[in-house]
Amino acid sequence: MSFDLNFIGILIGAIMASSVPLILAASGELITERSGVLNLGVEGMMIIGAISGFALMVVTDNLFFAVIGSMFSGLIISLIFGLLTQSLLTNHVATGLALTIFGIGMSAMIGKNFVGIPGKEFPLLFLSLKESIPFLGPIFFGHSIILYFAFGLPFLTNYFLKKTKTGLIIRAVGDSPTSASNQGINVTLVRYSCILYGGAMCGLAGAYLSLIYTPQWIENMTGGRGWIALALVVFATWSPIKVLIGALIFGGITILQLHMQAVGLRIPVQLLSALPYIMTIIVLVVISRDSRKIKLNTPTSLGQIFYKEK
Amino acid sequence: MYKLFLRSLISVLFLLGFSLNANAEFKVGFVYVGPTGDHGWTYQHDEGRKAVEAAGIKTTYVESVPEGADAERVIRQLAQSGHDLIFTTSFGYMDPTNKVAKDFPNVKFEHATGYKRDHSNVSTYSARFYEGRTLLGHMAGKMTKTNTIGYIASFPIPEVIRGINAMTLAAQKVNPDIKTKIVWVFTWYDPGKESEAAQALIDQGADIIMQHTDSTAPVQVAEKAGVWSFGQASDMQRFAPKSILTSIIDDWAPYYVERSIAARDGTWKQQDTWHGLKEGMVAMAPYNSAMGGDLVKEVEQLQKDLASGKAHSFTGPIYDQKGNILVAEGAVADDGMLAGMNVYVKGVEGDIPQ
Repeated sequence: MSFDLNFIGILIGAIMASSVPLILAASGELITERSGVLNLGVEGMMIIGAISGFALMVVTDNLFFAVIGSMFSGLIISLIFGLLTQSLLTNHVATGLALTIFGIGMSAMIGKNFVGIPGKEFPLLFLSLKESIPFLGPIFFGHSIILYFAFGLPFLTNYFLKKTKTGLIIRAVGDSPTSASNQGINVTLVRYSCILYGGAMCGLAGAYLSLIYTPQWIENMTGGRGWIALALVVFATWSPIKVLIGALIFGGITILQLHMQAVGLRIPVQLLSALPYIMTIIVLVVISRDSRKIKLNTPTSLGQIFYKEK
Repeated sequence: MYKLFLRSLISVLFLLGFSLNANAEFKVGFVYVGPTGDHGWTYQHDEGRKAVEAAGIKTTYVESVPEGADAERVIRQLAQSGHDLIFTTSFGYMDPTNKVAKDFPNVKFEHATGYKRDHSNVSTYSARFYEGRTLLGHMAGKMTKTNTIGYIASFPIPEVIRGINAMTLAAQKVNPDIKTKIVWVFTWYDPGKESEAAQALIDQGADIIMQHTDSTAPVQVAEKAGVWSFGQASDMQRFAPKSILTSIIDDWAPYYVERSIAARDGTWKQQDTWHGLKEGMVAMAPYNSAMGGDLVKEVEQLQKDLASGKAHSFTGPIYDQKGNILVAEGAVADDGMLAGMNVYVKGVEGDIPQ
C-alpha cells in the first residue's frame, strides 16, 4: 500500500463522496423521526429519486432540472406515506415497508427505458485547486455541489432543531403530540411537512447515486443504502452530527476494506465485508453512551399514531 | 414484491386462459433471475428469446424471479399453462426445475449453468466463459505497464474461480511478472460497490480492470481513471469507449432456436451442453484498435485456436498457489475438473473466501 500524503488525501476524498447519500437520507429521515413519524420507506424514496433524477437528465438534458425533479418526486412519494399515516391513520411501520416495496417496483417500471444509457458528466467544483494542493486539495476540492451541501446539512439541521422556533415545534410534536396540540400546534401539518422534507432529501440522495456517484440507471441501484441510513439515525441517537460521523465511518471502512483486499492482507474477506457494519455500530454506541442525552434526543412518540379528538 | 404479485396474477390468468384452450400451439417459456433490462446476464438471455420468436415460435417470459420457492411456482405455472419447452436461466433454479419436471413428463425443461438432470425431460446447458477470459488475460498481460491486473469478483463459486484462473494463466504466458489482485464484492450487481472496488484496485496500482459482476460501473471508473478495462456478458463499449479493449458476450440465441425447433419437431433429446467460442455461445465484441494491430492479430489467432481446439485455456503444467501440480505438462484439464474448480492457480494473490 502506498502511503504518500497525497494518496491519503485522495482516499479521504473518496470516502467523503461515498458517504454523501447516507448523510442526505439520514438527515432527512432524522427530521421526520424527530416529529414522531417513523418512515421505513427511505430505500423506496431513494430509488424513486434515483430513477426520476436520471430520467429527467436524459429527457431534459439538464442536470439542474434532474436534481430538483428528483427531490420533487421524493416529496410526492412521501406524500403518499403522509396521506396514509397522518390522514388515514395507518400503521407507520407497515406503511413505510409498503412504500419501499412500492418504490423499488415503481422505479423498475419507469426505469425500463433508461437502462443502458450512459450518464452525463456532473460538474465538479474547484478541480484546479484539487490538483495543485497536495493532500488537502483532494479532500476539500473537486467535489460536486451536492457533496458540499450534504456536509453542511447536519450542522444546519442541528442548529435548526436546537436554536429555531420551528425546530422546537418539531421536537415538541415528536415528544408529546397531545401537549403540542393543546398548545395550538397543528400536529398533523407539522408531521406532514417533516415527512415531505424527509422525502425530498431521500430523493436527492438517490439522485446523487444515479447522477454523480455511478452515473447510470440500474434496477435496485441504491443497494440497501436506505436501510443503512435508517439504522444510522437510530445508532446516532437522533443527533445530526453523530449521523455525519456514522456515515463517514461507514463509508470509510467500506472503502478501506476494499483497499485491504486489493493489497492482499490475509484477513478473511467475510470479516472485512462485515467490518463497516460492526465498526459503525460500535463507534456510535460508544459515543452515544450518555443515557440522559439519549433520552433528551429520542422522540418519545416515535411511530405512534396521533389522533386529535374533536 | 408487488411486481411479483402482478406477475403471479397474470400467470394465473394465463393458466385459466390456456386450460380453456387445450389444443394450444407450441410455446416456449423463459424464467429470468433479473430484469430483461439489466444490460448483462438476463438481457442476453432475452436476446436469445427474441431470436426464438423471430424463428416463428411463440414465447413467454417471467423476469426477476427470485431463486427459491417462487421459482418453483412460476415454473409450474408455465408448465401448466401449455408451454412445451421451458428455459430456466439461473443456477438457483436447479432443484425447482427438476421438481416440476417430475410432474410434467410431457414438457421439456432446459436449465442453465446447473448439473442436475434427474428426469429424462431435463437438459442442462452452459457456456465456456473461461475461454473468453483466456483472451482477456492475453491482452491484459501485454497491455499492463504496472504488471498488476485488478479483478472484481462476485461470489466464490467454481465459475468465477475458473475465470480468474483462466485469465491469470493466459496473462502469465505472455508476461511472467503479472500479479492478479482480487476484490470480492459479494454481489452480482451494486454499481456503487463495484465502482468503489474498481477505484481501490486502480489506487493499488492496477492498470487493467476486469469484472465478474454485471453493472457497467467498473468500466466507467476505468474510463475516467485512464486505465484499460473489459466488458462483461454484453458489449459495454459505449459506456467506456476509450478504456474497453473488448467484452465477452454470452450468445444464447442459436442454442435457444435450435432447441426450440427440436422440441417442436419432436427431435428433442436430453443432453448436457457446454459450448464455447467454437459454437459461438461465447463471443467477443470488436477489439479496440488502441491495443495495436499486432496484438489484435495475435488475439484473433488465439481465439481461432481456442475455437478449433488447437489451444486450451487450461493446458499443463498448471500449479496451485502452493506449487502442487494440478494439470500435468502437456495435458489439459478435463470438464469435471473445470466444473468443480475451487483452488487458485499460482500467481493469484490472496485466499479464496470459504
